[in-house]
Amino acid sequence: MPLLIHDIQYNTETELKTFSTGGVHPPENKLTANCPIQNLPLPQSAAIPVSQHIGAPANIIVNKGDSIKTGQIIAESKGFVSAFIHSSVSGKVNKIDTIIDTSGYRQTAVFIDVEGDEWVDTIDRSDEIVTDINLSSEEILKRCLNSGIVGMGGATFPSHVKLTVPAGKKCDVLIINGVECEPFLTSDHRLMLERGEEVLIGTTILMKALNVTRAMVGIENNKKDAVDHLTKLATGFKGITVHPLKVKYPQGAEKQLIKALINREVPSGRLPLDVNAVVHNVGTAFAVYEAVQKNKPLFERVVAVTGKSVAKPGNYLVRIGTPVSKLIDAAGGVPEDTGKIVSGGPMMGKALINIDVPVVKGTSGIILFPQIESERKAMEPCIRCSKCVLACPLSLEPFLLMTLSMKGMFERAEKEKITDCMECGSCSFECPASRPLVDYIRLGKSTVIKMARERVIKK
Amino acid sequence: MSNLLNVSLSPHAHGQETTRKLMTGVIIALLPALFTSIFYFGYGAVIVTVTSVLSCLVFEYLIQRFIFRKPITITDGSALVTGLLLAFNLPSNIPVFIIIIGAFVSIAVAKMTFGGLGNNPFNPALVGRVFMLISFPVQMTSWPVPKGFATGYTDAITGATPLAIVKEGLKNGEPIQQLVSQIPTPAQMFLGNMGGSIGEVAAVALLIGFVYLLVKKIITWHIPVSVIGSVAIFTTILWLINPEKNMDPMFHLLAGGVLIGAIYMATDYVTSPMNAKTMIIYGCGIGILTVIIRVWGAYPEGVSFAILIMNSFVPLMNAYIKPKRFGEVVKNG
Amino acid sequence: MSSTVIITIVSLSLLAFLSSVILFFIARKFKVFEDPRIDEVQAVLPAANCGGCGFAGCRNFAEALVKAETFEGLNCPVGGATVMGDVAKILGKEAPVVDPKVAVLLCNGSPEFRPHTTKYNGVPDCRIAHSLYIGETDCSYGCLGYGDCERACTFDALHMDPVTGLPVITDEKCTSCGACVKACPRNLIELRKKAKKDRKIYVACSNCDKGGPARRACKVACIACSKCVKVCEFDAIKIENNLAYIDALKCTFCRKCVTECPTGSILEINFPPRKQKVEAEAENATANP
Repeated sequence: MPLLIHDIQYNTETELKTFSTGGVHPPENKLTANCPIQNLPLPQSAAIPVSQHIGAPANIIVNKGDSIKTGQIIAESKGFVSAFIHSSVSGKVNKIDTIIDTSGYRQTAVFIDVEGDEWVDTIDRSDEIVTDINLSSEEILKRCLNSGIVGMGGATFPSHVKLTVPAGKKCDVLIINGVECEPFLTSDHRLMLERGEEVLIGTTILMKALNVTRAMVGIENNKKDAVDHLTKLATGFKGITVHPLKVKYPQGAEKQLIKALINREVPSGRLPLDVNAVVHNVGTAFAVYEAVQKNKPLFERVVAVTGKSVAKPGNYLVRIGTPVSKLIDAAGGVPEDTGKIVSGGPMMGKALINIDVPVVKGTSGIILFPQIESERKAMEPCIRCSKCVLACPLSLEPFLLMTLSMKGMFERAEKEKITDCMECGSCSFECPASRPLVDYIRLGKSTVIKMARERVIKK
Repeated sequence: MSNLLNVSLSPHAHGQETTRKLMTGVIIALLPALFTSIFYFGYGAVIVTVTSVLSCLVFEYLIQRFIFRKPITITDGSALVTGLLLAFNLPSNIPVFIIIIGAFVSIAVAKMTFGGLGNNPFNPALVGRVFMLISFPVQMTSWPVPKGFATGYTDAITGATPLAIVKEGLKNGEPIQQLVSQIPTPAQMFLGNMGGSIGEVAAVALLIGFVYLLVKKIITWHIPVSVIGSVAIFTTILWLINPEKNMDPMFHLLAGGVLIGAIYMATDYVTSPMNAKTMIIYGCGIGILTVIIRVWGAYPEGVSFAILIMNSFVPLMNAYIKPKRFGEVVKNG
Repeated sequence: MSSTVIITIVSLSLLAFLSSVILFFIARKFKVFEDPRIDEVQAVLPAANCGGCGFAGCRNFAEALVKAETFEGLNCPVGGATVMGDVAKILGKEAPVVDPKVAVLLCNGSPEFRPHTTKYNGVPDCRIAHSLYIGETDCSYGCLGYGDCERACTFDALHMDPVTGLPVITDEKCTSCGACVKACPRNLIELRKKAKKDRKIYVACSNCDKGGPARRACKVACIACSKCVKVCEFDAIKIENNLAYIDALKCTFCRKCVTECPTGSILEINFPPRKQKVEAEAENATANP
């Protein structure tokens, strides 16, 4: 029986919402879905990069030899689109040097020798769940900025920027992304199950910051326990509804989530605010709760360590800056047949170059792949089967974009909207000829963006 | 972990489909038609099929080995499929040398000259078939009467196909009722007991293959349904206008190569369009052209020509008819 | 001959004649006037259409040359002084004197010196790999080895060495057109002034990391120790961003910096082998007992 809320029709029976075009079904492999979150022991030394977010890298304000407490600011936000970086450990600053991090490039990082675990005294360390929200909308934004909150789904976009609604735009719905559509990843799932109330309080805080009265939590239907748990909890909150969504990758992509939940399409090249919506990850909502209610900045996160050959896969609460090797050790060590280690999910994650890279704010999971699954098959000619066109959630034509990029026809690629591509990987996943579609499309995108910038400069 | 870590761009997972699996799926879908062809036409069908498939494989191997000097890819199944489809377009009494020439045209001229798999604008099997039809019109239009294993090979007794009977009859001014008595009943045509090329006769076998292809997601419904639908609608209109001079739509669908063309030839990946809207336009174009050639053209059968003509429009259609983009910015005013 | 054949021949010939007359008049009416010197200049240009001059092909360059007042900034690197001299004669202008250049790779990081730390499994294209991560070694500045430069060269002057993974430039064929310079995403190729006997002395390193990480990544990296700067009597070497650079215009090829460099980062190419130090001492010993 259809249920009408505002102008949106909900089928409360069996029909699950989903996005309209494209999408693929990679095997889910949620090996750690039933593993409760465990605290990972502190490392001996932490390397905290200054660029863990989209935007300008933060400015370091500490020096070699300084004593640091957990939760202390060690780098300040530079400009509007930037974020504060806080220390996740207490100890002494060993050096300020470069380290190759999960991005695959060398970045500046603060290296801290860990001594004990002394937190800054402004942080409320009690376990009590604080439900009353006493800060105003502006104060919430300021707290998010000062606590270094960034998008925890992996995009790491500074949250205070997302919460700032520019003049001329308005927001009428907050969408909380609990979809976790990538295979293997379960950190959001466990967070919703074990800290569900805090997530919903965080959602209410975000609603206050954005001045909206309704929030919709989208969860993929392979997490029925989380759907049920949050639906039950949501009855105690005003304006929050929980929606199970059909399992299809990339349901967790912003544009696809908005389309599925409120049936609005974000126009090409624009942002969700252009359809009056703002999307935040459940992990971000949780971090906002901790920042606003407990005065705790962002310095630790839940990371899933998983893989078919991993001895003890699990979900761990990890301090930022911990080397990935410590996580893997807790999971039983690197399996003998490992060929590839990925930070993030298999569809959009980054392959790591070694296991000394530090965990950062955007590290949602570490997946260890066996050698046979680590090597790409040789590229074959395009048989024009159009499976990539069918798979693309944005209705682009990946085979064409790849050919245009290979041949250097970038003006035509721009006309074909190559910059719309979100590199979700659905096309490469489906291609029967194992063509490296995303590789070339990425090349095309960066060239087109450079061309467009030069055009603006010339004018 | 003794080896270096592998690094590449995402995605780090891959679906299960490969080109070879897709081609194998098409071959499996063609098996019912292969069985009915042997059932009706005996060892003539076997000889034609085996010759066609082997020639296609051999020519592809020779060209890739000695002319292209590139890795041999005959195991990807595409030459095998071309060989099968070419065979299914031929009468069962066609001499071996003509088949070999046809296979040569299909593989060397229609596929390899354009650069191999994925680059040809025209359906290779159809190019071969049309070449053979134009170069060897007599042998290509002598159709054995199906008698199972008693049919024989080059010594088979021949008769006209239902389409030919109707075309000739209408030209001679015979009324439709008289023609209907000369051709098989719809039930017989559905099961395949009629003259024609070895693969096109058994509608039931082709439809079983169609269901298999849909279930395995090898093809989508758009092209076959639009071809069959447009043929049905156009012939219905003609039949309603003048039932004396036009056969009913069921006849047009079951006689000749509409079904094999719609399901297997028009849906060939390389030569068919890449998105749903274009596929439907393509299918309708094929259907309409087929009926026009059948009714007003010189040949009794028009599917091959219709498909080849529409193949030539596919690059244009792909370039100008785009799928509806997500978040398309519609310019107002 | 039958009447059909005669009629065919006559009618087709008439058609052909009529068409050519029409075409003749149309060609005359719509003819675009072009300075005939452009054709003359284009005839002496090398017709490589490589873009080394900065224009879109030899004809485009010929047009620019005819239009230009002086040859300031106009040079064909492929044809060099001979071609520019010929062009100058046609146009009655002064040919500029431009030093010939040759492409040099500022990296010597073969796997022997710069071990691999990961195995790259993606598309073997330098631009793509560079935009993905630092590469198969720990040096984020060094040559990736997938051959974008080799594919860009239209003069067959650049080939990837399968053992070292680095491009090898054939000096005789290199026309310094600059295509490889543009193709390299890490800007590792430099057009340096050609010296006599094709001799070269250059810092074969582009690593701007501090000495520690640079040396850990590659045995022959420049660690910016400044020993070369101190020993150079001609002020030809500068250190900027933890990297030494030898100015080809000031270098006198004295080779002192090459022996001074502790990591072997500075290469000397096409020089006679040096006498070994031990031999020299032995010679001195026998000469002065």
